[in-house]
Amino acid sequence: MLTSLILLIVLMIFGAIIALESKDLLSGIISLGIVGFALTIIFLLLHAPDLAIVQIIIETLTLVILIAAVLKTTRKDTSEEFGLQKVLLWGACICFAGVFMWKFLTILNHLPPFGSPELRMSLAYLNGTAQTGAMNLVAAVILDFRAYDTLGEATVLFTSVAGIIAVLRKVGRKT
Amino acid sequence: MRGMTLIVKCITQLMAPSILVLGIYVVFHGHLTPGGGFAGGVLMAGSFVLLILAYGSDKVKSDSFKNRASLLESLGIFLFLFIAIMGFLQGSFFKNVFNEWLPGESGELWSAGIIPLCNIAIGVEVAAALFAIFITLAVLKFGEKL
Repeated sequence: MLTSLILLIVLMIFGAIIALESKDLLSGIISLGIVGFALTIIFLLLHAPDLAIVQIIIETLTLVILIAAVLKTTRKDTSEEFGLQKVLLWGACICFAGVFMWKFLTILNHLPPFGSPELRMSLAYLNGTAQTGAMNLVAAVILDFRAYDTLGEATVLFTSVAGIIAVLRKVGRKT
Repeated sequence: MRGMTLIVKCITQLMAPSILVLGIYVVFHGHLTPGGGFAGGVLMAGSFVLLILAYGSDKVKSDSFKNRASLLESLGIFLFLFIAIMGFLQGSFFKNVFNEWLPGESGELWSAGIIPLCNIAIGVEVAAALFAIFITLAVLKFGEKL
C-alpha cells in the first residue's frame, strides 16, 4: 500500500505543478482535478469512506463550476509579472518557508512520539455509539462531541457565499 | 449558457431525480452510513447543476432563483444554530436534548437525538450555498443584477 501511496502523491505533485505553470486555464483546471481525485483514492486506501465521499463529490462539482466559469470568460492566463516584482515575490516566499520550517522543527520536538497520542478525549470517542446512539462514529464525533467545530465550518461556508454574492453584485456598486 | 443536445437532455431526465433522491438518502442516513449532511447537500446541489448544464440557463436568469437559494441557505444555518441553542433547555450548548426525551433504538432511522436534525440543517445549507455559488459564478454575467 505504501508504494501506491507514494505513486499517487508523486502524481499529485506533478498535477499541482502543471496546474500552477500552465498558461491555458482549462488545462490548469483539469490538472487540478488530478490532485483532487488522487486524494480521493488515497482516502479510500486509508479506509476513510466519509472523507472519500465528500472529497469526490466536492471535486466533481468544483471542476464543473470552474470549467463553466472558464468557458464563459477566457481561457488564457493573462497575468504578467515584472522583473522586480517576481524577485520580491520569490524572496518573500523563500523567507516565509525558512521561518516556517525553523519554527516547525522547534515545535516538532515538543510533540508526543508518532503513534502514541496524548488526546485524552479520544478514549471517550471510542464509546461514542453507546453515548449518542449513532452507528456512524464519525457523525457522532462531528455532530455531538465536536458540534461547535461543525457550526464554525457551516458559518465559513455561509460567509463565503455572502462574500461572493456581495462582490459580484450590481445594486449599490460604483462603476 | 446554451443547452446541450437531445441525448444529453434525455439522459439527464433519468439521472437528475436519481441523484436528488440519493442526496436526500445520504442526508437522512448520515448517522448510520458514511456520508452526512455535507456530502448529501453537495449531491442535491449537483442534480440542479446537472439540470442547468443540460437544459441551458435561460429560465434561471430571474431574481427569484437566487433569492430562494439565499433564503434556504440562511434558513439552514439558522436551523443549525437553533438546534444548538435548544441544548440550553438541558443546561449547555449543543446538549443532545432529544436523546433523553425520545431515545431511539441504536441503528434505527430515528436515533441519536439531534444528529439527524443537524444533518438535515447542514444538508439544506450546503445545497443552497453551492447552488447560489454556481448561479452567481457560472450563469449570470459579471455585474448583472442579482
